[in-house]
Parts: sequence; C-alpha cells; structure tokens
Amino acid sequence: MLRIENLSAAYGEAQVLREVSLEVAAGEVVTLVGRNGAGKSTLLRCVMGLHPEQRGTVRLDGRDISRLPAYKRARAGLGWVPDDRGAYATLTVTENLTLPPRVGPDPWPLSRVYEAFPALYARRDSAATMLSGGEQQMLALARVLRMGARLLLCDEPTEGLSPLLVQQVGDLLREAKKHGVTVLLVEQNLHFATGVADRHYLLAEGRIAEAMENAEVRSRERELLAYLGI
Amino acid sequence: MSGFLQNTFNGLVGGAFYALLALGLAVIFGMLRVVNFAHGAFYMLGAFGAYVLLAEAGVPFWAALVIMPLALGLLGMVLERAVIHRLTRLDPLYNFLLTFGLTLILQDLVKSRYGVQSSPYATPDELSGTVDFGLFDFPTYRVFILAFTVLLCGAVWWVLGRTRIGMVVRAATERPELTRAFGIDVGKWVTPVFGFGIALAGLAGVLAAPMRAVNPLMGADLIIVVFAVVVIGGLGSIFGSVAAGFGIGLIQAWGEAYLSDYPLVSQTVVFVVMAVVLLWRPAGLFGREEAPA
Repeated sequence: MLRIENLSAAYGEAQVLREVSLEVAAGEVVTLVGRNGAGKSTLLRCVMGLHPEQRGTVRLDGRDISRLPAYKRARAGLGWVPDDRGAYATLTVTENLTLPPRVGPDPWPLSRVYEAFPALYARRDSAATMLSGGEQQMLALARVLRMGARLLLCDEPTEGLSPLLVQQVGDLLREAKKHGVTVLLVEQNLHFATGVADRHYLLAEGRIAEAMENAEVRSRERELLAYLGI
Repeated sequence: MSGFLQNTFNGLVGGAFYALLALGLAVIFGMLRVVNFAHGAFYMLGAFGAYVLLAEAGVPFWAALVIMPLALGLLGMVLERAVIHRLTRLDPLYNFLLTFGLTLILQDLVKSRYGVQSSPYATPDELSGTVDFGLFDFPTYRVFILAFTVLLCGAVWWVLGRTRIGMVVRAATERPELTRAFGIDVGKWVTPVFGFGIALAGLAGVLAAPMRAVNPLMGADLIIVVFAVVVIGGLGSIFGSVAAGFGIGLIQAWGEAYLSDYPLVSQTVVFVVMAVVLLWRPAGLFGREEAPA
C-alpha cells in the first residue's frame, strides 16, 4: 500500500534521512523504532508532505504522491496523528472531529465516534485543548477514523499516557486494523509495539538499520531497550 | 450624567471604526501572517470612492455602501494574487516595505487627482437630525453607525463561530500546516479572506465619509491608533480586535473630555494603555503565544 523508495531529507545542512526504502502492505501495522533524532518523525512528515527538503519517491497504492501537497495526500487517504496530538484551541471537540473531509470508503459516523469515546461526547462543546492529554490522544485518533483515512501515520501515540490509556490506544489500533486500516507508527514503547504491530523497522542515523518481526523484537527486547536508551 | 453618556456614546462610535478596521487586520493576519500596513489607505479609498461616486455620478450613500466594499474587496483580491502572496516566504521586513509602499502609492494617486484639501460629504437625508435619548440627544447618523457596526461584527462573529467556512478559517489561522494535513486546501481561502478584510476597511471608509473629513491622509491618521488596538487586543484575535476597538474608542473619548486640560496626556493615553498591556500580557489581551506550525 505504501512504498517508500530512496527517501532522503534534510534540515538545512543536517541530513536527517539517507536513502530510506521501506514498504507497508495493506492492513499491516508497522512501527518505526529508533533513538531520539534517528529521523522517525521526519520520515512520517515526509510521507504526509509536510517536510519541504526531501528527495526520493513515496507511493500510495502504486501512485507517486511525492509531488502532491499535504492536503491532496490527506484526500488520497492519509490520516495524520501528530506527536503533539494536534488539538485546536479555537475549535470545539466536535469541530476538531469534523474538520477533515471524509475521504475513505469506511468513515466512522460521528455517532459511532461518540459511542466509542464517551469522554469526548461529554466534552463535545468544549475547546479541544481543555481535554486531558489522554483524551486529546483519543481525539487525534478518532479524528482520522471519522475521516475514513486508509493509512494512519501515528507519531508516538502512547507518549506520556498512563498504562490504562496505552491499553486503550492499542485496542483502538487493533480495532482499526480489523477494519482494514493500515498503520505506520513511530513508537518507543517496545512492549506496546509488539502488542499491536506486525513488523518493525529500526531506524538509526537516518537509515533503516534492521527490519524485524515481532518474535525477534521480543527475544532481543533487552538489547534493543539498551540500544534505544530507555 | 448626560455629558458622560454623550461622551460614552461618542467613544463607542469612534470605537466602531477601530473595530471594523482591526477586525479586517485580524482576519488577514490570522490567515496570511501578513500585517497589512495599507489598511488605512483602503479605508481612505472607501471614503473617497463614496465622495467621487456622489459628486461625479450622483450615486447615493446607500449604493456606495454596497459598491465600495465590493470594488475594494475585488481590488484586494487582485493585489493579493499579484503581490501580497509573495510575502509568505520572505523576511517580514518585505511585508512592511510592500504594504507601506502600497499606502504611499494609493495616497499619492488620490492626491494627484483631488489635492489634499478635505471634501465635504453630506449625511444622507434619511439619517440627518438627532435621536432623543431622554437624557441627551444624539445625531441619528452616529446611532446608525453604532447599530450597523455592532450588527456587522455580530454577523462576522457568527460566520466565524458557527459555520463550516468559519471553522476552516479558525483552524487555518491557528495551525496552517496541520490544517493542510487534514485535507484542507488552506491556500484556496487566503485570497477571499484578504479581500474580505479589505472590504471591511472600505466599508468603514464609506461610513466615515459623512462625519469625518474626506482627504487622502484620513487613513494614515487613523491607522496608527488601529495598530495600537490590534496589539492590545492580540494580533490575529478576532474577538480581541473588536473588543479592543470599542474599548480604545471609549478611552479616547473619555480622555478627550476629562483630560482636555492636558492635551498631551489625552493624545497619548492609547499608547500608554498599549505599553501597559504589552508589559502585562505580551501577546495582547486575547492573543495566544504563537503555537508551533
């Protein structure tokens, strides 16, 4: 579904990604793990079309989207779940959810979103930034599901969340996967990653260092945690 | 008491002009991140346009009130497409140079044709005379300005707060890049929003024609205070610009009435307020610190 070929990106002089190639099949959940500064978030931003200095090709269902502006990529089915959760202070919770146009074949109706997230329903007319961190994360995920995005780009959705909320995020991603949604996920929490994902890429200094299956990550967990510095 | 009420009323009318101009600046800054220093020139063009339409073509006030905002809004959209949009990738200094340069060009074009003396513009017959408020009389035309402006600000508030277009504008104003990532073509809204802001300035100009001296520099005199208003309200804050507009109008009117023995104080009180607000809240009363894109 998503195929990245020889993707390079820089911030001015600093080369952040070097010739990265990877693939995510339809219905897969794939994580990007790596140390801080390895280029994980930059990779997601490149796929979304938010990073101006990039070379290489990004294909969605075979179609080259590398030259498309971000809004057209979103309409092609990409769902953006940013690391800061992207809650708008000047929009209510309902407006935050309904801001993106419906793009995919299977968008969640608002009523279903509110059934799944009673906490969001209770605060539906409040400014989204009044929500707790966990609720804002749910909002970010609910927003791209309501949009009907086919490929979710999630930047550390569990960061700073309590174990219970991490569990909920996991349930939600598994539920989305069951409905055919594909996910590319930046994640530091290896336990969470192996719980939701099918495969993993280890990013180091802007390159794909390793591609790993779940079993491999589990057996090497101690070594990987030490490497990641967690 | 009646004197105080009259001063208050005058302050609100003066504030109505600040509110309309600051509102336009706020939506433009929010959407384009451009500070439009030419805003006063479009206000002047609104007033001058109304004068020229009446003097040379016999077009009455009410028609000018529709024609001038539309014409200037259109001119604004053309300018946005032609030059303003190029500013987004440039150093903010160019923003100042371009829009200030536009001001000088527009002012001098009018000057070269009509000179610098003020031109009279009669109050429309329907709005001449005064309204009796019991404690004091007030010119009908000023009552009209106040009611019209409050309704207009209310309508803009409603559109921004309650419609899908308003929601998109708010989202794009708060976080343009994120909003693009949610499938919204932010660029598509930039030109109409700029035109709308300019149209508001033109409208304020037409409203000013019957009660203020119509001359090429009328916008330059006003815009300094409008920028103080915008800074006090919080750059880019819709509500802040309107509230600060009326607030500064009141402070100015009270200052002129009760500090008339100290003209230096009454003329600078607005800027003292601005300095105090900035020390207390650097982003303005209703402004937010810039969020990351």
